[in-house]
Amino acid sequence: MCTRKTIAAATLALACSAGAALAQSPGLGKPLTDADIKQWDIAILPDGTNLPPGNGTPAQGAKIFAEKCSACHGNAAKGGVAPFYPALVGGQPLTSGIDTVKTIANYYAYPTTIFDYTRRAMPYNMPRSLTDNEVYALTAYILSLNSLIGENETMDATTLPNVKMPNRDNFIMPYPDRL
Amino acid sequence: MSKVRRRRGAPSLDDVAGNGLINRRALLGSGISFAGALGATGTMNGAAAEPLADAPWSLEFGQITPALQTPSPFEKDVTRALSNPNGEFRNSHARTPHQLLGGTVTPNALHFSINHCGIPNIDPAQHKLVIHGMVRQPLEFTLESLSRYPLVSRMAFVECAGNSAPMFSKVPLQTTVQMLHGLVSNSEWTGVPLSMLLDEAGIDPKGKWLIAEGADAQMLDRSVPVKKAYDDALIAIYQNGERLMPGNGYPMRLLLPGYQGNMNVKFIRRIKVVDQPAYSYFETKNYSQILPGGKTWRFHFVMEVKSFITHPSFGLSLKEPGLYAISGVAYSGTGRIAKVLVSADGGKSWGEAALQGPIHEKAFTRFVMPWRWDGQPATLLSRAIDDGGNVQPLRAEFVAQRGEAEKPVTTPLAFPNQHYNSTTSWAVDGKGEVKHVYA
Repeated sequence: MCTRKTIAAATLALACSAGAALAQSPGLGKPLTDADIKQWDIAILPDGTNLPPGNGTPAQGAKIFAEKCSACHGNAAKGGVAPFYPALVGGQPLTSGIDTVKTIANYYAYPTTIFDYTRRAMPYNMPRSLTDNEVYALTAYILSLNSLIGENETMDATTLPNVKMPNRDNFIMPYPDRL
Repeated sequence: MSKVRRRRGAPSLDDVAGNGLINRRALLGSGISFAGALGATGTMNGAAAEPLADAPWSLEFGQITPALQTPSPFEKDVTRALSNPNGEFRNSHARTPHQLLGGTVTPNALHFSINHCGIPNIDPAQHKLVIHGMVRQPLEFTLESLSRYPLVSRMAFVECAGNSAPMFSKVPLQTTVQMLHGLVSNSEWTGVPLSMLLDEAGIDPKGKWLIAEGADAQMLDRSVPVKKAYDDALIAIYQNGERLMPGNGYPMRLLLPGYQGNMNVKFIRRIKVVDQPAYSYFETKNYSQILPGGKTWRFHFVMEVKSFITHPSFGLSLKEPGLYAISGVAYSGTGRIAKVLVSADGGKSWGEAALQGPIHEKAFTRFVMPWRWDGQPATLLSRAIDDGGNVQPLRAEFVAQRGEAEKPVTTPLAFPNQHYNSTTSWAVDGKGEVKHVYA
């Protein structure tokens, strides 16, 4: 005998199973191993997670910069080649106005961003062509030019994340509830 | 307040606000109301028409029907405005000509596009999307495999966080809606809910962020909260019914409705689940804003409630006094548009515009406000309110919070700051010419 209650229960069960069926994935993702992904797995986190082995010094970076970077970023990263290729040294205080040019020294929160972006996107005409040692050396050179590390400091997976950027604690999140 | 003759049962044609704004219900009641309004102004150009003759195109066999149709040659000026027309070795922007479009859907060929290092020429058969990191099983998807998933479609605007940046200028730039607001467009996007793919990979509850990365020559990447991914994110593979345009992310892009355009990563090739944001270049530098006093915003994400009048606007002058439909688009990154107010007297008084439905969340809604222009100077502006009660700020309020550029802004291509969502005002002079002003 079919009571109103059992019909309701049956309908609910049907609705639930239909909902589950809709949400079910066809499962067409092909399994990969971490080894398969290695070449693509390039994102560096601010705590240093995923920084590769290797190291470099400002002096090594200066030579590489002159060869591979200064054509756009200018001699000693001072800019001046074209308005759309930024200087990588210096910067006005952020109290100079809402249109202050954002630079590594006055703006970046973490030094890992320099390593990550240089490795994934530079040189502009030959991205992903730098070795990890070259990227460490260029990062060291740029940090040194901005007096954020000493001239003889070596940057590697341990030292780089410990460089404190001047603007690190100056950020506000307007919508923290969205995280 | 002026009154006009009305037929029995026809909506009131009372002015609802100063300088000739008419009750929006005048748009509902067919021609009766319009006829009444026009009759009241008495300025309809009623010169005798010439006798009709058959046009030449009616007297010959027409063009062949092409496989891929393009707009009429008479519409050759309806194009995107380019920031880098000669292909210099730098970024490039193409802006949507809103003042020449109607409705809410941006045609694919006119959707705005920003490319920081050119547009990759991606073979869809070779392209892969990988999901890995804090997941049970890393997975690889192709365009073909994604096409077998239950696809969903939705309307959504995509807006560059730097759209409307020239409005941070202390002096209003005399330029078109396209140059001021052309870095937003609206489409129907079709794709796979990202939540379904993340569930398939088995996401670790400690993974709170995704690093989304493109296959372009900068491997552009942005950090996205997992919360947003489970809210309404898509891996989009169709745009207005056809495959994505190359400049809009072909063959697949991340769609994060209502979030900064740059986060809607194009050419998406990789999503890594992590426990902290990456502070990638773009979220560190470009898509973070300096506030007056030197503090800075980061992880802003949401494109706030906004509207602008497209008709009339700079470059679209009024030929004669009479009845016009003031029209524009409104949108909000947090919900649906609930109301758009329009003023013809620089914000002294406001009338409620008619909204063209259906009204989708996080998508364009077109508003229309009937207006009787008496030939005297008028200042038009619109102000949108969304269903969460968020109100588009007036310029004085906005500038008090966000500031203006210190240096003179000399080109609409500049980005002195970002996330401008205040009002846009158009001053109509006695000759019907339209100028950009700050009301």
